[in-house]
Amino acid sequence: MPGPEESWWDVDAGPIVRPFARTGGRTRPSRDEFNLITLIIAVPTDGVPRGLEPEHLVILRMCTGAPLSVAEISARLDLPVTVTKVLLGDLLDMGAVHTRAPIALAEAPEIHLLQAVLDGIRKL
Amino acid sequence: MEFASSDGPGALPTGVKILIAGGFGVGKTTMVGTVSEIAPLQTEEVITATSEGVDDLTGVAAKTTTTVAMDFGRVTLSADLVLYLFGTPGQNRFWFMWDELALGAIGAVVLADTRRLEDSFPAVDYFEHRGTSFVVAVNRFDGAWDYAPSDVRFALDLAPDVPILMCDARSLESTKNVLIALLNHTMTTHPHALH
Repeated sequence: MPGPEESWWDVDAGPIVRPFARTGGRTRPSRDEFNLITLIIAVPTDGVPRGLEPEHLVILRMCTGAPLSVAEISARLDLPVTVTKVLLGDLLDMGAVHTRAPIALAEAPEIHLLQAVLDGIRKL
Repeated sequence: MEFASSDGPGALPTGVKILIAGGFGVGKTTMVGTVSEIAPLQTEEVITATSEGVDDLTGVAAKTTTTVAMDFGRVTLSADLVLYLFGTPGQNRFWFMWDELALGAIGAVVLADTRRLEDSFPAVDYFEHRGTSFVVAVNRFDGAWDYAPSDVRFALDLAPDVPILMCDARSLESTKNVLIALLNHTMTTHPHALH
């Protein structure tokens, strides 16, 4: 019999709760519009939206006031990017977040965008 | 300047990204941290890869699930423009299967160490094949041998128009110069790089 201080599990066995348990087993977001650098901001609201999991609420708190990218949210949640996208898809479906499309979808002339990036880097 | 139509309130900036690639220990995370306004973060993705002729698992289905982790940083360039720098995972031979990394990127910096130039081959091959704009930056470590850019170009079999720079990934000015060279290269040769 293991002593009271011994655990039956160890780190090498991997996480006890698999990441996709947080998403109800879903591995694809409801919408295919999240890139690593899609920017997310919470929609200001007075109350807490209903039907949210704890991870949803954590995301909304992170993205209140200042936008974060999908990559940053994933890193701060310590969850894989794919899992994060599923959770963000839920929030988008219920209108709890706004998103900014990644630049691949931008309609502005690219040379202007590249010039703005170049100008910004020069000023660092 | 407003860059993208949005379903948001209009207050959201646009994200752009640059990849920092190269072999393990060449200084990718150092370079990311040098310009990032936040301490570099790490995110990961689980990738299922079908390997062909790489792993001989004696009849076992050659399907591998691997976790690819990478460091990234953030640079706010203006009120409506945020640059993300992603260091590609150096140890993992499956990093290039994460095509989302390269999709929509402005371009890539391939960091090279002249003592281990062969570590740069996979990144150079990948960006050439994918048509991603890239520059090669030789990160100079103490005691590293000096090579002329032409030697590096020959050793890496680079096209004549691919810029080669010397850099110090710990220096903001030096890293800025590398990024400026990449932007100039992208604007000159890849005007439609973002599509």
